[in-house]
Amino acid sequence: MTLTLPALRTRRGTSRARRRPVAVLLSGGFLVVVAAVAALAPVLAPHSPDATSLLDSFLLPGAPGHLLGTDSTGRDTLSRLMYGARLSLLAPLGVVALATIAGVTLGLLAARGPGWLDVLLSRAMDVVFAFPGLLLAMLAIAVFGRGLTAPMIALAIAYTPFVGRVVRSLALQESARPYVESYQVMGFGRLAVTLRHVLPNLTPVIAAQSALAFGYALIDLATLSFLGLGVRPPQSDWGSMIAQAQPALLQGLPWPAVVPGIAVLLTVVAVNVLGDHLGNSVGRTGERS
Amino acid sequence: MTTVSRSIGPWLARRVLGGVLTIGVASVVIYGSLRLVPGDQAATLAGGRRLSAEQVEALRERYGLDDPFLTSYGRWIAGVLRGDLGISTVYQDSVGTLLSSRLGISVALIVYSATLTVLLGLAVALLGAVRGGAVGRFTTALTSGAVATPPFVAAIVLLSVFSVQLGWFPVTGAGEGFLDRLWHLTLPALSMALVAFGVLARVAQASFTEQLRREHVEVARSRGIGTAAIVRRHVVRNSLGPVLTLVGLLVAALFVGTAVVETAYGINGIGSFLVSSVSRQDFPVVQAISLIAVTLFVLMSLVVDLLMPVVDPGVQKERVRA
Repeated sequence: MTLTLPALRTRRGTSRARRRPVAVLLSGGFLVVVAAVAALAPVLAPHSPDATSLLDSFLLPGAPGHLLGTDSTGRDTLSRLMYGARLSLLAPLGVVALATIAGVTLGLLAARGPGWLDVLLSRAMDVVFAFPGLLLAMLAIAVFGRGLTAPMIALAIAYTPFVGRVVRSLALQESARPYVESYQVMGFGRLAVTLRHVLPNLTPVIAAQSALAFGYALIDLATLSFLGLGVRPPQSDWGSMIAQAQPALLQGLPWPAVVPGIAVLLTVVAVNVLGDHLGNSVGRTGERS
Repeated sequence: MTTVSRSIGPWLARRVLGGVLTIGVASVVIYGSLRLVPGDQAATLAGGRRLSAEQVEALRERYGLDDPFLTSYGRWIAGVLRGDLGISTVYQDSVGTLLSSRLGISVALIVYSATLTVLLGLAVALLGAVRGGAVGRFTTALTSGAVATPPFVAAIVLLSVFSVQLGWFPVTGAGEGFLDRLWHLTLPALSMALVAFGVLARVAQASFTEQLRREHVEVARSRGIGTAAIVRRHVVRNSLGPVLTLVGLLVAALFVGTAVVETAYGINGIGSFLVSSVSRQDFPVVQAISLIAVTLFVLMSLVVDLLMPVVDPGVQKERVRA
């Protein structure tokens, strides 16, 4: 289950604001490390992610040569984690890129275009919003079969209103401000004002929404892989690692399942911290002006 | 009161119409998805079984594949409105029957989970808001973690710790009788509630904290009213609006969340049925469950909107004016 809620301004204006940069720096640093490890997995991984070795099966984390232990067939958990990071990060990135482009375009069209278009687009976004992302993704998998492409496109559609609604309402607020009218009186075209002046002012909010959507998409895609509906073997991501390790977990060896679970958790926490920070800093500048 | 309820009529009519329109468009998307299947849709519906030419013909006939889209959609939606959800291609049984035998356990799971969400969410939010300081920071950290925990990760961790290692809870199944069922559903309900709990607690804590700083609380305090009464009458009462909105959305989200925890815990409910039907391309089942999920979402947001004036009378005035 994933909840798509706009960036929450829950901690604004408290004494905690001073502490936030530490968490933000930590989160940013963590994400950079994870991305670098994913990109350099072939260089950094101590073992091949698919190399089985029955002699080395069920090793606990900390075993010599296997920092995070091994699974029931002796595959090195750390190496699998590094390789799994690639799809686990790239797929949600693709979802967010598509959803952001579509959401910004539709949101701006709704806010700055003709009235009938606003009604039409807002209605359409309401309909999409009524589909939970995971449900739309499962519907796409039912149609196109297992794999990542169909659920990625479905999730991008599901998250478009998440970006689009916020862009629309903020673009409407911006449109009411005097500078927009001034530029138009000066003879700048509506499209030019929208792209050159309204859009840049919305960028921080768009970034915040995209960051949060990335976290949701990561969870959704990992969930689909966990359910056996996402990546197809031999490819694997963190979700499919957990699914494969569940039988061992039930026999009392939790680590091969828990380690990728923690990876998902930490990545989403880091992304959320960054997203909230972006959303909050926007809130503050908004108040000052 | 009667004049107010009469003048809210146009708002209500618009709102209901909007909801019906949303469900209508969603149902076209859900039904139309079958037509998007690449290749031969009859082969997909046959689910890999070898069928004779007559059987394929019967299949195309039953699912209206040769009719124009609007005709077969019209027949499907008319059936749905009569309560006929079609026939499962895998089980060759009525979808309604298949769903109703699994609905009870999922509803129990959702109700259990929603109860945990609301109780724990409000309790933690109150604690964080009223005590503030280190306690507030702790609850914020706790809920930030909860929000980021995917239900399937929560499910495997809880399974590992409380079922496998400690043996306090069963590993799989749904149990018989009320207490046994409660015992079986506790870990699944907790796994499902975690994200919803985090979201609810964060919003509620922010709202409570804001109310506590407002002047009316200051005034109440200066009049010597006790903290408990202030919290009950001034803080919680004034925060019910956003909390209620969220609870509605969360309950609708829990419905889809059952897919994950029912699969992880081996519970035979609607959610795990959806997952297995998706992987077997059992379209009538997938379509029926999708339609229920969307309808539930629209209904919940309508119910929340209707209840809103009860907790916040100002909302009603705005609607009458609008």
